[in-house]
Amino acid sequence: MSREVDISGKLDWVSVLLYVMMVALGWLNIFAAVYDETANQSIFDMSLNSGRQLMFIAASVFIILAIVIIDMRFYETFAYIFYAIILVALMMIPIIGKEVGGNKSWIGVGSFGVQPSEFAKFITALAVAKFIGSVGFKMDSLRNQGILFGMILLPLGLILLQKDFGTAIVFMSFLVVFYREGMSPFILIVGISMAALAILTLMVKNQWYLHGIIGVVLVLLIFFGKRTLKRILTLTFGAVILILTIESFDYVINNVLPERHKKRLEALVNPNFDPMGINWNVTQSKIAIGSGGFAGKGFLKGTQTKFDFVPEQSTDFIFCTIGEEHGWMGSLLVVVLFVFFLQRIIFIAERQKNRFARAYGYAVASIFFFHFAVNIGMTIGLFPVIGIPLPFFSYGGSALWSFTVLLFILLKLDAHRSQVLQRI
Amino acid sequence: MNEGRREIVQLVFALVGIIFLVKLFFVQVLDNKYAELADGNAILREVEYPFRGLIYDRNNKLIVYNTPEYDLNVVMKDVKNFDSSRFCTVFQLTQEELRAKFKEVKGRKKQYSPFKPMLFLNQLSHVDFARVQDHLDEFPGFYIQARTTRAYQSPTLANALGYVSEISKDNLARDQSGIYKQGDYVGQSGIEAFYEEQLRGKRGVRFKLRNVKGIEKGAFKNGEYDTLSIPGANLYTGIDVDLQQYGEFLMQGKAGSIVAIEPSTGEILSLVSGPSYDPTLLTGRNYSSNFKLISNDTLNPLFNRPLMAQYRPGSIFKIAQAMTALQEKVITPDTRIPCTRKGMSGGIVACHGTHTNEDLRGAIANSCNPYFLNVLRRMVNKGVVNDTYADTRVGLEEWNKHIMSFGFGNRLGIDLPNEKEGLVPTPAYYDRAYRNRPWKFSNIYSIAIGEGENLVVPIQMANFAATIANRGYYYTPHLVKAIGENGKPLPQYSERHYTTIDSSYFIIAVDAMQKVVEEGTGLRARIADLIVCGKTGTVQNAPPLFDHSVFIAFAPRDNPKIAVSVYVEDAGQGARAAASIASLMIEKYLFGGTKRPHIQQYVLNNKFE
Repeated sequence: MSREVDISGKLDWVSVLLYVMMVALGWLNIFAAVYDETANQSIFDMSLNSGRQLMFIAASVFIILAIVIIDMRFYETFAYIFYAIILVALMMIPIIGKEVGGNKSWIGVGSFGVQPSEFAKFITALAVAKFIGSVGFKMDSLRNQGILFGMILLPLGLILLQKDFGTAIVFMSFLVVFYREGMSPFILIVGISMAALAILTLMVKNQWYLHGIIGVVLVLLIFFGKRTLKRILTLTFGAVILILTIESFDYVINNVLPERHKKRLEALVNPNFDPMGINWNVTQSKIAIGSGGFAGKGFLKGTQTKFDFVPEQSTDFIFCTIGEEHGWMGSLLVVVLFVFFLQRIIFIAERQKNRFARAYGYAVASIFFFHFAVNIGMTIGLFPVIGIPLPFFSYGGSALWSFTVLLFILLKLDAHRSQVLQRI
Repeated sequence: MNEGRREIVQLVFALVGIIFLVKLFFVQVLDNKYAELADGNAILREVEYPFRGLIYDRNNKLIVYNTPEYDLNVVMKDVKNFDSSRFCTVFQLTQEELRAKFKEVKGRKKQYSPFKPMLFLNQLSHVDFARVQDHLDEFPGFYIQARTTRAYQSPTLANALGYVSEISKDNLARDQSGIYKQGDYVGQSGIEAFYEEQLRGKRGVRFKLRNVKGIEKGAFKNGEYDTLSIPGANLYTGIDVDLQQYGEFLMQGKAGSIVAIEPSTGEILSLVSGPSYDPTLLTGRNYSSNFKLISNDTLNPLFNRPLMAQYRPGSIFKIAQAMTALQEKVITPDTRIPCTRKGMSGGIVACHGTHTNEDLRGAIANSCNPYFLNVLRRMVNKGVVNDTYADTRVGLEEWNKHIMSFGFGNRLGIDLPNEKEGLVPTPAYYDRAYRNRPWKFSNIYSIAIGEGENLVVPIQMANFAATIANRGYYYTPHLVKAIGENGKPLPQYSERHYTTIDSSYFIIAVDAMQKVVEEGTGLRARIADLIVCGKTGTVQNAPPLFDHSVFIAFAPRDNPKIAVSVYVEDAGQGARAAASIASLMIEKYLFGGTKRPHIQQYVLNNKFE
């Protein structure tokens, strides 16, 4: 009995089908995004993105075969070693990397470049999952929590050094994994509150107004509640924390954040902020998607994306082509595919028999979700423009391979779920 | 401990999908704004400007045509390795001007885009273009766009032709047709303005697809919505350019006007306004500075005197008085009135010459003031009502009716803008002037000899001469006799307007006007082998200024070919400057030149002081 036959019956074919559908749709839209009617182009033309993407897809097939063939224990066993290697690679980038589109995140191999930061996603997922799955792991231990945060903040910080803000904050999606594995939701709630405060800091130019409001609320709470010393102290302490948070955000925004991110954040909270400048991308993106109507303009019939009104129309803004040429029906299909795909991954994660596989499954789901939410959110103006790809749809080899590896390691683990010892 | 967390995660994932779908439904299905914006982005509406119609004279000589001119546009995004000192040399700018230009381009609020061509220098002439075109490749991002501007065969007829310039903000706001947009050129005065609709033609529109850099990507829907431009109609005027130029030559150094009309059609043969300007000055790059120069000129060359200057007509008005009196039968051609040398008690209106007791023809020929005072008194005080005041009112109303039938007191309706109406004083006018206190003949008598409240514009005087030439009717004077080759004039110019005077009475006027030239005050207008009919006028002016010199005439007496009015400001008696100029114009038109060089010398060299 050959190993491949053995595994083929156990791979989750629903996920594979969804994967194939998304990759195929992505490929067609990569062709449509820059299609030039007058040039008599072929989708297979190697000088076009679509031709090259087909090559990337073909390479993915080999990657999938390799993942499926390799022993399932390999991933857990070597997770930390991979993690160490990728950290080294990320550290090397400032020295040997080359700059593409403002991000110095590429390592050149001949005419091809790869982005180590893309691969850092699944490697970190494996390492985090391995740590969570280790014997005697307890989420309530502060030490464990510290290690976990360290594990995601290390690559995050290194990628931030490459000025690739988008890829860096993807690592925040691991908070979902920590939450599922028992971390107190308090941290998530605090995180979301911080984000809200950050937006408020951006929206209100003079932070003294915010301080004033906090002060007034504090006084009112003290005045109208039980005036015990403990309560007054707790409330005052909370208010001081809030004010310090605002001040530190203000400091980060004005002194730490690169100018373009600061402007993007500002553009987000104020949709009328500089519509032909910093908001040009979002303006054009919304025009492209909005002009699609209910049924779209038809395959290859769009004008906004192929005439370059939408920037990065093959990569980060690929959703514009779908929205323009296939209308709301196209958007519906893509969103439904993604939501169904995410639910399927959660389903797969939950049926794992060990914590390592389950944690890894959640990491996969969270990373895909983060990309999906941020990417589509930015094209329709719900999120600031943060350059991260839409999984399987966006043009690019590193991204496609990294997402493929991410998914198929999970499917490989899932296929052997009955062979592992219960460790939950 | 971790129960329900899976569901929460799944719920959040699904919720985000639903939020996206709702937001997308708003953006894609419910809001049509984006579709319009997308069309605005990708569909380029390219206007194809038609050629503006040409303007010809009556002998098919070209007067106004189009000449190419060049705008220099810049696409800021494409500007590379810009060498400012080289640019300044080639385009003959100073560094300061160049800096100011860039600042101005970038400062165009909503209009400015680094991707689109922005106007940088406008209206380079052919000469400028020839100089810079070889160097254009040194300045990437700069492109030439050709358009046409007006050009003139000779510097003549400026005020009648008018000029073409960029449409003003006010006019743009007032424009109901929706044809114009900012930066478009439009006729601003004269024929250019009056016939704007015919001259401008019809614009073509081409819809093209373009990408974000403005690079064209083929026709939109295979040109289904495109329209071709249709050139403007050519205008064939009744102007005789040679006569026009001769008139301007005679008027040099003088203020006033010459109007010549073909009586049988109403076509204007020449329309001279002195002083004038070179119409070429109001085209091309220096339009603004030249316009300022011309409009600030104290002699006011932009003031089109033939239609806009309102003068007292003087003695030429006596012919209208005579016609009116004959029609009302208060005199006959044989009525003699002794010339007392003072019209009213106190001698307010004096007379001149040697005549003593003339009949009507003699009174016209000698321009006898007391005679016409008496005529007007008979006209307005016929005794139909006992009360003198009321009687004058009735008489004046009748007088108004006849005088106005000659075209006085109203706009004639010439095909040029800004025509003035002149003034024929009516009872209501005198009521206002005397603030409703009673008035009678002794208050209004100066109108009898074309002084007082009467105001006439030169075109009305020429039309008056044409009316007499036609023995009682006129065609509204007009410049354009055909719109398009073999075309027609505007319909209102083919219509005869009859006066309220029987045509038989006009023979007396014609006889009298012949006598004026042959033995009366208009001797300088005599031309050998041609019967010229004319009438002098000397319009009082406030001393120390000289009187205005006026003359109307037509010739030949039978089957007249030309009717002229000449008005020379501050030039003394009508018998001198005006009569000489009028006869030279007639001679030039009928014989092609003058056989009386001494008269031409007299007009050109005499200062008339």
